[in-house]
Amino acid sequence: MRLAKIDWALAGVLGVMTIGVSACGSSSSSSSNLPTKIGNGEGQLNLVAWEGYAQPEWVKPFEKATGCQVHAKYAGSSDEMVTLMRQGGGSTYDMVSASGDASLRLISGGNVAAMNVNLVPEWKNFIPQLQSPGHNTVKGVHYGISLQWGPNTLLYNSKVVKPAPTSWEAIYSPKYKGAITVPANPIQIADAALYLSKTRPSLGITDPYELTEAQLGAAVSLLKQQRPLIKKYWTAAADEVELFKNGDAVIGAAWPLQANNLEADKVPVGELIPTQGATGWADTWMLAAHAKHPNCAYKWVNWVSTPKVQAEQAISFGETPANTKACAFMEQIKKGSCTKYHANAPSAYFQSIKFWKTPVKNCGNGKEDCTDYSVWQRKWTEITA
Amino acid sequence: MNGAARTRVSAALFRRPWLRAGLLLSGPTAWFVLIYLGALFLLFLSAFWSVDSFSGKIVHSWTLTNFETLFKVSAYRTIALRTIGIAAAVTVTDIVLAVPFAFFAARIASRRLQAALFVAVLIPLWSSYLVRVFAWRLILAKEGVLNWFLGQVGLGSVNIGYSNWAMWIVFSYIWLPFMILPVWAAIERVPESLIEASADLGARGWRSFRSVLLPLILPGILAGSIFTFSLTLGDFITPTLVGGAGSTFIGNVVYQEVGISNNVPFAAAFATVPLVIMGIYLLVARRLGAFEAL
Repeated sequence: MRLAKIDWALAGVLGVMTIGVSACGSSSSSSSNLPTKIGNGEGQLNLVAWEGYAQPEWVKPFEKATGCQVHAKYAGSSDEMVTLMRQGGGSTYDMVSASGDASLRLISGGNVAAMNVNLVPEWKNFIPQLQSPGHNTVKGVHYGISLQWGPNTLLYNSKVVKPAPTSWEAIYSPKYKGAITVPANPIQIADAALYLSKTRPSLGITDPYELTEAQLGAAVSLLKQQRPLIKKYWTAAADEVELFKNGDAVIGAAWPLQANNLEADKVPVGELIPTQGATGWADTWMLAAHAKHPNCAYKWVNWVSTPKVQAEQAISFGETPANTKACAFMEQIKKGSCTKYHANAPSAYFQSIKFWKTPVKNCGNGKEDCTDYSVWQRKWTEITA
Repeated sequence: MNGAARTRVSAALFRRPWLRAGLLLSGPTAWFVLIYLGALFLLFLSAFWSVDSFSGKIVHSWTLTNFETLFKVSAYRTIALRTIGIAAAVTVTDIVLAVPFAFFAARIASRRLQAALFVAVLIPLWSSYLVRVFAWRLILAKEGVLNWFLGQVGLGSVNIGYSNWAMWIVFSYIWLPFMILPVWAAIERVPESLIEASADLGARGWRSFRSVLLPLILPGILAGSIFTFSLTLGDFITPTLVGGAGSTFIGNVVYQEVGISNNVPFAAAFATVPLVIMGIYLLVARRLGAFEAL
């Protein structure tokens, strides 16, 4: 509650009377029309978020402190987030917790507005890699404020899967046929590519999001072999939790959130980052280009950037906070959680994760021969049909 | 309006029955044409548009790409055939279940039992569709009610949760009332004397059923099949909830294209497929007299 007061004070100091934020930022916003102060809240804030990103634990105090009523719509994939942000002329939602494979699409589509990082004081305490990362900062213009990041993990039922798996091979081998689950998401191709980059070096995959036609073909055929082994492609985290609870799935690709929820329900599960490494996400709160409640939006990014809320969300979801000051708060909430979620030694760990990004034709080899995301989507339909 | 004018108007209406009918029907007709047919027309129209992949905006210029993709990519053929196949299987299953039930209810059961059966058929319709599908999800799960029961009676366990089998069972259950009711009505309408005459002429039960009863109730069965077939054909919730890997329906693709890929034109193109199938189905059903039994 002390934080809530500070937030009120901040709003007061920053000029209560002026609504400094222009509601109609355009995609080509230059720094000149960025808001310079946060005005009064508009009483409402509509979010598109990942499941678990708008928990009452930190939403309720925010509503109380700012008077901005939060309406969160959960999206199951980056594709869905992009679509939701584009629907209805792009003014239905104010903010989106976009991952790296959605953020650039939103920026280039003109769906999100530039943001003034100076209005988010905690931004200076973020780990350097997340202050101006390529997935939300284009040509020095910030299109959002980084939030949290983490790996896609291998989740397994520790009672059934013995010995504990160490490799992603577990979800591609017939040993657990009919009890495997993976996300229903085209970006899953990158997971297969990551696995192949280690197990079949001759393919020459260096980045799982930059695949030539041949490399993509190899990943797709691996996934087609995997298809008969799959019980269900999960679309919502809650789906996967239920599959594990009822014994329909015993191993699968997951987020740490599922492991947390299953542990809370006393289901015997383990999770790990296998030897081949992991794909992962680095999320950004982005402001819609035609947001109707921009002041509440700025208040929200400030709120979720504070060390305490960063810590709460990190522990709740099982991810790593962007704010380096969150560690102490994490220790307060749950002893050992700072180390467990790598909030204290992030740099090397950060490098080890292959963060989601949108596959594009031009993948930096100068030949424009990589496969872009629309090809991935088509292939994914072929795999799962 | 004064009295003379009123008389004149009513006289005019009396002399022109078509005008009377037209005025009476103009409301419902406008609704039907504007809302119902208009929506269908727009759907069909947008199937020929495309989406700009960069901005996600719809491009209003004519193209056949959507239909080309539909025919060329084998995945969509697989999905369409799966949808039709399961819809057909569900229809056949419901016929097999509904005919004996309806026969018993209409011919054998006492008045009081009849009323009880009628309520029993209708009661599931009072609860939400979603609740019923979720219930089946729990029944068919690996550690669910079904396997618990099978284990209790020593029959081991089955692994049919999240599969096409699960979808077939759930669809057959959900749409069964829509088959039972028209078949029941059809059987009730067959005069008892015809069955008796058949028996007098030496036909046994099966023969009477096949040669007398079945042809007479066929329109009722067809009417029921229109419901079970079309409802299964257009569903996307049951495949999402109880289907597994490889349970994608046409409806799921449409939902994904609209809600996740933002490609309304392609969704519209795919949505015309069940429309065409149902059109053909209805034409055939009409020829066989199903519409008289509705």
